[in-house]
Amino acid sequence: MSRQSNRTSDSKKMNSELFTLTYGALVTQLCKDYENDEEVNKQLDKMGYNIGVRLIEDFLARSSVGRCHDFRETADVIAKVAFKMYLGVTPSVTNWSPAGDEFSLILESNPLVDFVELPDNHNNLVYSSLLCGVLRGSLEMVQMAVDVRFAQDTLRGDNVTEIRMKFIKRIEENLPAGDE
Amino acid sequence: MTVHNLYIFDRNGTCLHYGEWNRKKQAGISKDEEFKLMYGMSFSIRSFVSKMSPLDMKDGFMTFQTSRYKLHYYETPTGLKIIMNTDLGVPNSRDILHQIYSTLYVEYIVKNPLCALGDTLQSELFNSRLDSFVRALPFFSARAA
Repeated sequence: MSRQSNRTSDSKKMNSELFTLTYGALVTQLCKDYENDEEVNKQLDKMGYNIGVRLIEDFLARSSVGRCHDFRETADVIAKVAFKMYLGVTPSVTNWSPAGDEFSLILESNPLVDFVELPDNHNNLVYSSLLCGVLRGSLEMVQMAVDVRFAQDTLRGDNVTEIRMKFIKRIEENLPAGDE
Repeated sequence: MTVHNLYIFDRNGTCLHYGEWNRKKQAGISKDEEFKLMYGMSFSIRSFVSKMSPLDMKDGFMTFQTSRYKLHYYETPTGLKIIMNTDLGVPNSRDILHQIYSTLYVEYIVKNPLCALGDTLQSELFNSRLDSFVRALPFFSARAA
């Protein structure tokens, strides 16, 4: 997912088909390796998490985004800067909960699923769960515990793809034991 | 002008990297203890600065200086901390510390899947690039300040 940027730090564009097809091959392989769809979802999420904790560093190095002061700002940065940078799409941010701790990202097109049709025997597969893991992992690195899941998915017959994000808590920094 | 030394800490206070160029006086304690002291001090200063500030801050703690040296501090939103000691003549070097983060740490550590994050950095490539980066800085010259 992370593109190798060259030394002058302007980002190299990559053909998204290569990425989409590689991702498809990954999901196919996982479906072979695991008995049920839930397990595949879990593995994708876990891989996404591991990507996210590294991707956030690349993101911060390339964009000049500082620390976000509230969840709304975070939502904006994710939708307008991060998705644009890595997937070339800009989801819209909607459905704020009254408390402001929950929102949805609506994806009109999801580059991961460009060539996908889910066969009938994979009803429970959340094809793009990798994205949930990426979002969760990268936000955790900036001290935000967030719950991410797909609320709607065009692959499963919904009209749009909706990723629901729920802020859980701020992760406090702690001084390592034995200091001061 | 000169660069004395440079520390990189992760969010948990582990010293990921230590580089030394023109350091005439050693602390007289083990490096491990020195790292802990350094991290503890920067942690305290950071919270001191944010509590004492009469205004909302943007960047927080950036630098301090004594009669002989100047300490430059840079922290990313992910909690990576880069601390560089130079002599007094060196101007604000926030950009330079950010460059160390974006062109060296991210490129050679984060993008190298074999480098475990949160551990002392073992990458030869990173170490040598960092060394040549610092040596190429306009204010790096061995002349004693």
